[in-house]
Amino acid sequence: MSRTKKISEKSRLTSVGPLGQTLIHILIGGFALMCIIPFIFVVIISFTSEDSILQSGYSFFPQEWSLEGYQSVFRVGEQLWRSLFNSVFVTVIGTVAATFICALYSYALFRPDYKFRRLFTFVSFFTMLFGGGLAPTVVVCKNILGLQDNYWALIIPLLVNPFNIIVMRSFFQSSVPFDILEAARVDGAGEWLTLFRIVVPISKPGLATIALMNMLAYWNEWFIPQLYITKDALVPLQYLLVKMQQNARNLAIMSGMPGADISNMPTQSLRMALCVLIVIPIAFAYPFFQRYIVAGLTVGSVKG
Amino acid sequence: MNKNKPGTLAYKFMTQKKTLALTLMVLPGAIWLLLIRYLPMFGIILAFKDYKMPKPSAIKDGGYIGDILSREWTGIKNFDFLFGNPMTGKFIRNTLLYNLTFIILGMVIAVTFAILINEISNRFAAKTYQTFMFFPYFISWVVVSYFLFAFIDAKHGLIDPSWFGISNFYQDTKPWPFIMVFSNIWKLTGYSCIIYTAAIAGIDSTLYEAASIDGASKWKQVLHVTLPHLRTIIIILFIMNIGRIFNSDFGQFWALPQEGGQGSVPNVTEVVDTYVYRIISTTVNMGQSTAVSFLQNLIGFICIMMANTFVRRIDNESALF
Repeated sequence: MSRTKKISEKSRLTSVGPLGQTLIHILIGGFALMCIIPFIFVVIISFTSEDSILQSGYSFFPQEWSLEGYQSVFRVGEQLWRSLFNSVFVTVIGTVAATFICALYSYALFRPDYKFRRLFTFVSFFTMLFGGGLAPTVVVCKNILGLQDNYWALIIPLLVNPFNIIVMRSFFQSSVPFDILEAARVDGAGEWLTLFRIVVPISKPGLATIALMNMLAYWNEWFIPQLYITKDALVPLQYLLVKMQQNARNLAIMSGMPGADISNMPTQSLRMALCVLIVIPIAFAYPFFQRYIVAGLTVGSVKG
Repeated sequence: MNKNKPGTLAYKFMTQKKTLALTLMVLPGAIWLLLIRYLPMFGIILAFKDYKMPKPSAIKDGGYIGDILSREWTGIKNFDFLFGNPMTGKFIRNTLLYNLTFIILGMVIAVTFAILINEISNRFAAKTYQTFMFFPYFISWVVVSYFLFAFIDAKHGLIDPSWFGISNFYQDTKPWPFIMVFSNIWKLTGYSCIIYTAAIAGIDSTLYEAASIDGASKWKQVLHVTLPHLRTIIIILFIMNIGRIFNSDFGQFWALPQEGGQGSVPNVTEVVDTYVYRIISTTVNMGQSTAVSFLQNLIGFICIMMANTFVRRIDNESALF
């Protein structure tokens, strides 16, 4: 509250003239518009009839509007619902598990009186500096740990993120006073009770930030399935989008309808319709959760 | 009461119980890091062995680990293919040039925009602009590649390739340096702006007051108040980015040119990360792929250590470690 007040005071004191204001609005507003126009364009294409696309290409002002892109999304059905389910399932389970593990790990690192604090801080931090590389990771995950063609393969590779651990630990440091933990201990509360009854309730904004970052990571992931998934039944939405890019016909082939006639299927608007369906949850939700992400970004810049 | 005094047996028991409880909390994450991050580090030995991904049927009793260990040592033979390979120079050049451009241009634009946004007197408009600008940060590169496709597809795209004297954006190398830089700025400016806007909001407003009383113009205020305050964070982010100069965002360089599909412009879009993946997906030569990423990791590690030492000299507090 005080910060916004400070800003408005500051800008009133030193604000640039009306001409300057206009120029800034044109520049910044123009760029801001440019950031969302491609999405709007794709939405328009998804509502364009196949005929006008074939005749005059993609356009902001299509000759003929149509719902056939979405109609065929629902007609093609099976693979799509399957992928939607996979994406939602993996995102929900992954977000809960990853946030839980991250909270536990960073809580222990936050405790100044934890004996192995330095060791485990290093264990997580070192992985940000050095790694085995893609090929050894694939060999380990796919062959040794068996993360291939199962849901584990979609969930486990994204479970821990050292950056999130740093962010969460900084949140704990800035919001949980150590005296509270001392008091809880004197009252005879165990470590787990202290964590869930006292620390978690006062760290909700931090946990929300971590949960959102995990949610975005899971929802947007397509490279992990590209590495570990070969069965169509396990393909999540983002990877379906990749596969459709490789071959528009894939969709009909994958739809599980051997007799499906793809010749009169509106493939152009269909692809864009699917793209829109993937972005919509984010497009509508992010204005509400962006303040949490901003909090994460600004706290995250605190050193490791 | 005695319980909390150091030295007593009860106290010792209590600290041990506490250590045990906290270690239990660390355990799930630690196991994950050990298996998914540290175990592959031992896999670096693949770089020095002749190893192609075996068929599951070829695996004997020793399992995959036994199979890897039993492979013949080949010394640095896996690194040989990098020399005399015309692609090597190209993907190194691409990685370095793209990253340098992203770092410098991205920083200049983000700082400029952050300063300008701060000058907008209509706060609602400023907030709305920032929300719009942040949108690309939340979507995946695959979705961005669909956005791009809508504009530059040769058949239906909004932009006719013949305007630029080419026949297909996905087959011609010329437009890609621009497309890559543009899309990177497009996707990440909103994100970087947030960091700089937060830093600007932290500047004491009395400094501007004093400056304007002294007759400093708007431009002078930016030059002598805002920029000096941003100096530290700019230098730190710059050096940290330099430390990662051999790493690229795989998604951008794989999805945008549609390397998995119709695109074929690797000469101008191949970077170290896509090259490592390309070896795995085409020749399945894990040894060579590991060799490349080992070099990348080694150089990257040295870069980031040097970067950190530099940052430590400038501002001890901002050093990464």
